[in-house]
Amino acid sequence: MLDFPRWKVLSIWGLVLLGILFSIPSLIPPSSRHLWPSFLPHSTISLGLDLAGGSHLLLEADLQDLTKQRLQTMEDTVSSEMGRGEPRIGISDVSTSGGRVSFLVTDPTQVDAAVERMRAVTQGVGLTGTRDWDVGVVDLNRIVLTPTKSGTDQSLKNAMSVARDVVRRRIDPGGTKEITVITEGNDRILVQVPGVENPEELKRLIGQTARLEFKLVDLSADPAQVQQGHAPAGSQVLPMAEGGSFIALKRRVIVSGDQLENARQGFDQDGRPVVEIKFDADGARRFGRVTQENVNKPFAIILDDKVLSAPNINEPILGGSAQISGGFTVESANELAISLASGKLPVKLNVIEERSVGPDLGADSIHKGVVASLIGIAGVILFMLVTYGRFGVYANIALIVNGFLILGIMAIFNATLTLPGIAGFVLTIGAAVDANVLINERIREEHRRGRKVVDAVDTGYQEAMRAIYDANVTHVISAALMAYFGSGPVRGFAVVLLIGVVTSVFTAVFFTRMLVAQWLRHKRPKTLPI
Amino acid sequence: MRLLKLVPDHTNVDFMRWRNVAVVVSTLMTILSLAYTAYRGLNMGVDFVGGQMIRVSFAQPINVEQLRSRVDGLQLGESSIQEFGGPKTYQIRLPKASGGDAAANVAATRVKTMVTSSYPGARIDSVESVSGKVSEELAQNGAMAIIFAMLGIAIYIWMRFEWQFGIGALITLAHDIAMTLGFFAFTRLQVDLNVVAAFLTVVGYSLNDTVVIYDRIRENLRKYRKMAILPLLNLSLNETLARTVVTSLTVLIALAVLMAIGPEVIFGLSLAIFLGVVVGTYSSIYVSTPVLVWLGVTPDSFVKTETADGAAPQNG
Repeated sequence: MLDFPRWKVLSIWGLVLLGILFSIPSLIPPSSRHLWPSFLPHSTISLGLDLAGGSHLLLEADLQDLTKQRLQTMEDTVSSEMGRGEPRIGISDVSTSGGRVSFLVTDPTQVDAAVERMRAVTQGVGLTGTRDWDVGVVDLNRIVLTPTKSGTDQSLKNAMSVARDVVRRRIDPGGTKEITVITEGNDRILVQVPGVENPEELKRLIGQTARLEFKLVDLSADPAQVQQGHAPAGSQVLPMAEGGSFIALKRRVIVSGDQLENARQGFDQDGRPVVEIKFDADGARRFGRVTQENVNKPFAIILDDKVLSAPNINEPILGGSAQISGGFTVESANELAISLASGKLPVKLNVIEERSVGPDLGADSIHKGVVASLIGIAGVILFMLVTYGRFGVYANIALIVNGFLILGIMAIFNATLTLPGIAGFVLTIGAAVDANVLINERIREEHRRGRKVVDAVDTGYQEAMRAIYDANVTHVISAALMAYFGSGPVRGFAVVLLIGVVTSVFTAVFFTRMLVAQWLRHKRPKTLPI
Repeated sequence: MRLLKLVPDHTNVDFMRWRNVAVVVSTLMTILSLAYTAYRGLNMGVDFVGGQMIRVSFAQPINVEQLRSRVDGLQLGESSIQEFGGPKTYQIRLPKASGGDAAANVAATRVKTMVTSSYPGARIDSVESVSGKVSEELAQNGAMAIIFAMLGIAIYIWMRFEWQFGIGALITLAHDIAMTLGFFAFTRLQVDLNVVAAFLTVVGYSLNDTVVIYDRIRENLRKYRKMAILPLLNLSLNETLARTVVTSLTVLIALAVLMAIGPEVIFGLSLAIFLGVVVGTYSSIYVSTPVLVWLGVTPDSFVKTETADGAAPQNG
């Protein structure tokens, strides 16, 4: 007991000093962190959104939307494949009902050729080369394309990976904020943005698919029929964004948002906010040609299947630049510009969970949490002091060191402190002394039984070890499960608890033992003040 | 300096004398607690049933009835309004919107607009909106975590001690969880994700106490082979009593401070743990220990395994 080898003393103090050193940067207010020498550790604990203020959004891909889009794309592919190749294959009755694409081949002798062509374009996704669509023939001349599981999974995977990047670009165009955008599971994206004043704006930015299309207005359609939702062949009916009326449009897309080079908010001649867009070379060429051919006819600007506006083409638009008007405010024009510039979302994302905390509440929580922690520590320290005297002092030093160690370790791992985490910290303070209580009570007991001072202390430490070990494993088990199953703030609580258990055992057992041993060696007391 | 001794040196309380009374009381309380929880149900927060919660701080104390009628005027379903922390902060809860996620967004926006326009200086502190799907997952994960924690700890104790101790620990845990559930059903305090954390902490803490006592019982079973089981349990409880009291008090001091002046949002969490510590302290003495008598623990329980193992490893 008395001889504590020097290497042990040094390594214990070393660990304690390291812990304190690592905890300091987190304790310095951010404004004066630059005063902290840069050669010393400077990683800090990050604050959870419930403390820093901000928004946590869990987005889920709309699988129906994705399926619908795949079917539509396949429908287009069918038409272009059958029409483009040599010889042309005549088809009719293309349908996307029942989650499958099917069509009739007009000339029965061409059925095999049609199947061949479709096989060629449905071949191979990923490394395995599995088909993404099954091609089959029913009733002699009807070809049916059924999406396969692997094809659907792969397209979801691709969509999620693109969606993640698009979301990131939309929230943080400059790439300067500390935002988190990660995919969770197969079809979810978690977005965390600290310090958001207006979560609504954030949700609008993410919620927009931003599929921009330019189409010609179908002037031949009967207005009464259009309001009923009926359109001539080759046309479709879409609602106006302002609501109320409908408009008939040619199905063919003149230019789409994919051909945009840039988009930004601007003003038109009358000072109304608009979105200025610039097409890439290919887009500019196509836009120029179509506007040239259709002067004095209206075309429609469509965003996410809603018609923003349908202006007249007064003259050919050749420069590749255009303005989108549609009753914008500066903010909404700016939002649309960001959405367009960041690219379209490959799949619609729905917000399935939102937690937003205002920055004022967060600051208030930190303040209250810190004050409560300090008073809690003071209370426990006082109580230990009157209960165990000198041994209480050792336990208290261990308690304070423990606090630093927890903060230090959290800083090293860049762990996140959450509101429940503060509760975990306070709880750990209460529980951290437990090991010392076990030891001190045991020393009292052994001393009462007539053991000599050193012997009593030694036996006390030894006998208490088993109980300390067993009792703390139970905490570790529950904290580990909390960390595994819990989400967000609960996980933060578990992490603090887990770290606290480890550091409190270290400080209570090794650190105090060293302090007690040094005292015993120097003073050689005859009686035990416990 | 005279040191404070809450438990005098030669304490010898005959705990086991009351064990039959305790068993009846504990059983009754557990059944009552569970029955009451089943009857009243828990006040589940949006985390577990879905819906939305908006917390607002007003510049001045407001008329709650007026706020209630204004929220009801928006016709967003059965809303509930509660004071939260102080007379100027309120929590408005809306049920899951029937029109899916988009409708939920609209609902929250309408409440926020109404609040900020009708009450100048009002501040939206936080918005939580959880869809039905997510809330189901959260509830499931929470329940799984608690069940696995109970099982994991029981298995650990069974391995470190003897099967009787494992079962004793499990029964103790069930008792503590039942009490905490009953408490939440009775007080109508909101059960959210934080409370799951509290339950798990209670599980960990309650067992912490029990393990220390079990540890001493095991030690004494080896030391005093001839002693009858009841006096041996009494001895073990008395020997660990000072530790039980001191540790429970330090934890309670820290938690009481947190409840009194800590952030309001974790009041439920702190309260649940506080209660769990009190119940856990009681149960480690009056549930986990009497169970051992009932399961027939004798000094032989450990001797047998040691001879069977041949060279028995000395624990600790």
